[in-house]
Amino acid sequence: MALAHDAPKDSFRLSMLIYDTRYRAVTIQVFVLILVAAFFAWLLNNTIENLAIRGKEFNYGFLWQRAGYDIGQQLIPYTNDSTHFRALLVGLLNTLAVAALGCIFATILGVLIGVLRLSKNWLVSRLMTVYVEMFRNVPVLLWILLAYVILSEVTPSPRDFKAAEGVEPAASMVLGGTVAITNRGTNIPAPMVDHPLGGFEIGGIPVNFTVLAFISVIVASFWANARILTAARLKQEATGDRPTTWWKSLLVLFVPVIALSLALGLHWDIPALAGFNFKGGILVAHSFTALLVALTLYTSAFIAEIVRAGILAISKGQSEAAFALGLRPGRTMQLVILPQALRVIIPPLISQYLNITKNTSLGIAVSYLDLRGTLGGISLNQTGRELECMLLMMAIYLTLSLTISTLMNFYNKSVQLKVR
Amino acid sequence: MSEPSQTNFVRTQMLPPSPPPLREAGVVRWLRENLFSGWFNTILTLFGLVVIWLLVSSALPWWLNGVWTAGSLGECREIIAKTAGEGASGACWAVVRERWHQFIFGFYPVDLWWRPVLAFCLLFAAMGPVLFAGQKRKLLILLGAVVAMILILVTLAASAVPNEVPGQTDAPFVWKLALALSLLTIGAMMALTAAGSGKLLWFTGLYPALCFWLLWGGPIWVPLGALFGFVLLAVVYSSLLKRAGPGMAAGLGLIVALVWWLFIDAPVTVALNDAIPFGLTSVQSDEFGGFLLAITIGVTAITFSLPVGILLALGRQSDMLIVKTLCVGFIEFIRGVPLITLLFTASLLLQYFLPPGTNFDIILRVIILVTLFAAAYLAEVIRGGLAALPRGQYEAADALGLDYWQAQRFIILPQALKVSIPAIVSTFIGLFKDTTLVAFVGLMDPLKGVTQIVRADIDWKGIYWEPYIFVGAIFFVICFGMSRYSMYLERKLKTDHR
Repeated sequence: MALAHDAPKDSFRLSMLIYDTRYRAVTIQVFVLILVAAFFAWLLNNTIENLAIRGKEFNYGFLWQRAGYDIGQQLIPYTNDSTHFRALLVGLLNTLAVAALGCIFATILGVLIGVLRLSKNWLVSRLMTVYVEMFRNVPVLLWILLAYVILSEVTPSPRDFKAAEGVEPAASMVLGGTVAITNRGTNIPAPMVDHPLGGFEIGGIPVNFTVLAFISVIVASFWANARILTAARLKQEATGDRPTTWWKSLLVLFVPVIALSLALGLHWDIPALAGFNFKGGILVAHSFTALLVALTLYTSAFIAEIVRAGILAISKGQSEAAFALGLRPGRTMQLVILPQALRVIIPPLISQYLNITKNTSLGIAVSYLDLRGTLGGISLNQTGRELECMLLMMAIYLTLSLTISTLMNFYNKSVQLKVR
Repeated sequence: MSEPSQTNFVRTQMLPPSPPPLREAGVVRWLRENLFSGWFNTILTLFGLVVIWLLVSSALPWWLNGVWTAGSLGECREIIAKTAGEGASGACWAVVRERWHQFIFGFYPVDLWWRPVLAFCLLFAAMGPVLFAGQKRKLLILLGAVVAMILILVTLAASAVPNEVPGQTDAPFVWKLALALSLLTIGAMMALTAAGSGKLLWFTGLYPALCFWLLWGGPIWVPLGALFGFVLLAVVYSSLLKRAGPGMAAGLGLIVALVWWLFIDAPVTVALNDAIPFGLTSVQSDEFGGFLLAITIGVTAITFSLPVGILLALGRQSDMLIVKTLCVGFIEFIRGVPLITLLFTASLLLQYFLPPGTNFDIILRVIILVTLFAAAYLAEVIRGGLAALPRGQYEAADALGLDYWQAQRFIILPQALKVSIPAIVSTFIGLFKDTTLVAFVGLMDPLKGVTQIVRADIDWKGIYWEPYIFVGAIFFVICFGMSRYSMYLERKLKTDHR
């Protein structure tokens, strides 16, 4: 016991803060913290001074003032009498619309090209290589600008669709005469119902019962189909016989939707030339189309590379083992390669989805009024509140990115290999 | 038994091998295996052929009918109609011939073009020893390519400039380009002789200041003053290294350098310039444009984002909670917002965040923001590399008695960086492509800024394929070159046997 007491007690000296590794970490952290706090205090102080000089105050009250500008593409009702907050919502929805459609199309195209690039067909794989390298190595801004310029300067004007006597019209509608691409926009057919179910508004956002009915019927059909497939699988595992399911699936998936359509009298409102312009249908602005097309083409090249790398990452032994078991190439892909490749593919795919979402802000190049165009563009210029608008916009983009990455990470966790 | 004559035929000689069946040899076999091995493959091939036919049949006449000499789009169309017949399509490359200098230099003064050209040439002399250490043949190829590029540029300049750019005397212009070229040759010689030993590394360190001086001009004391700060840093670091350890020494050196830069540098520079005025004509930032601007921003941001990214990645892996939290917060914030919003912050919000009355150069602000942006992405990439290292490497470094920085420098980072080369280079490619976004804060990038100006000209109104193809092709060459370089580097650094 005495020995223990005799051990020289480490008395704390100030120099130990630097030289003793036990304390050094604390010293460094405190030092860093003070520096960072001082930096932010300096920024805050400057901001307050600058605001005082300009006679402004930090205030989000302007969000509830009249916006006074029009937005071409609106997914919720908006007029120039609406508030800046409403304009923000419209812009945010426009951002989300391009981002969501872009993710879907880019994934489909990217997977197709990635798989084709691995094809044994020499010609096709070379073509796909050219595609990938061409779109990857050129700024996305070029594709956006080029798509927009081509759409708005090369396409015919509505007048050209008019048939004069004895003369063929200079331009005609595409896709069986349902879609008209003019220099003012793309006219596509709009779904209409004869007996709408009505709707109501929550906080200015309209809820349409007709749309809701279609969504719920489709979701229910898919859920029922999943139940049928699960039941079939359980029976197969129990008895070894798989009951025929294809006709049940077809029935469950299609009959309810068709029945609902018939009951509500669904039909398509096809755009038609009336006077000097097309009437009916939906007019899709070229800014939207150009942004969507360019983002899809650009990102699909990256997704193709991700898919290719994911498939190549699975060792050859896996497919050889599957062939040895007697699986056909298609089944091998479906049952052996893809489930393993997905684990490699999904994390980089998440960051591509985030990239699409962030790249929608390039819509500014073609005057697409997304979140950046409304809140960070016209609202900012009209009210002169740079600080508030920019901070709010960054917060929204940050929330959006973090939400997407959280959701996708959940999905990622569900496909990852469970290691116990 | 029986006589030998009655036995069956016995061959005493080898037959020469017969040629393989026609279907299994040469072109036919290759075609069968690669293009027509089954009904699905055949359909794919036919589909590919149709696509190629559509592309070629619509684009080839357009390329072949291209016109290089014309004053406006209308003139182009007349020439095409005359040579290829009415209604034929044709490219009007005359716009590139007439406006190439804006795509390359923006509004940089014509008689000072030799400065960016020289800076660009010296860039290769500065990069050579770093990029192709010990590879004389590669360096030779690189330099050959650059010389070829410069020659093309000079030819274009000689043919186009005297007619098109008003208000410049062409004798000093050509003379200065010639000077730049001869300096380039000297630089190339130096690079070649010193490549193997890395003797030219001092030049790589000196290059940023030199490049800044060449591009922006002004008194020579400004870059020298900035360099002196680094010299101070190095002196303090090496004198304190033994006593205080690398971290402390670097920190103190940085503080001394900062004090120099913030408080002493400016008065000393002014005084020196009054005493010995020596400098180049200064060029304002708003005269920069085109690929000059893109390459300036891109190269600077690439150079500075790598060290910042490495520090951020190390901070994120650190055991120190506060440092780690700060790094994670910074990285996630930068990665969560689009670059455009950060650029707008640079142009709109910095006036709020800085002390009243401060105003600094827009290109510098953009470079800082782009650097931070790329650094956050790089940090994530390098973190992946760090995470891929087996735990044993860290433990082995500890067992050898290396301290934190030694372990990082000699054991951890060389391996982690090697693993992450492809991802690092693709981040750099992304950065370079993102330099086009500076158009949105009023700078003249080659894509939106310059092309917009060209397309707004009454002579070239309605032209779209040609300028975009020209700009896109240059971007493609640079980005594709970078990705090929990363493949080369991967092969060169590969140490495992497969």
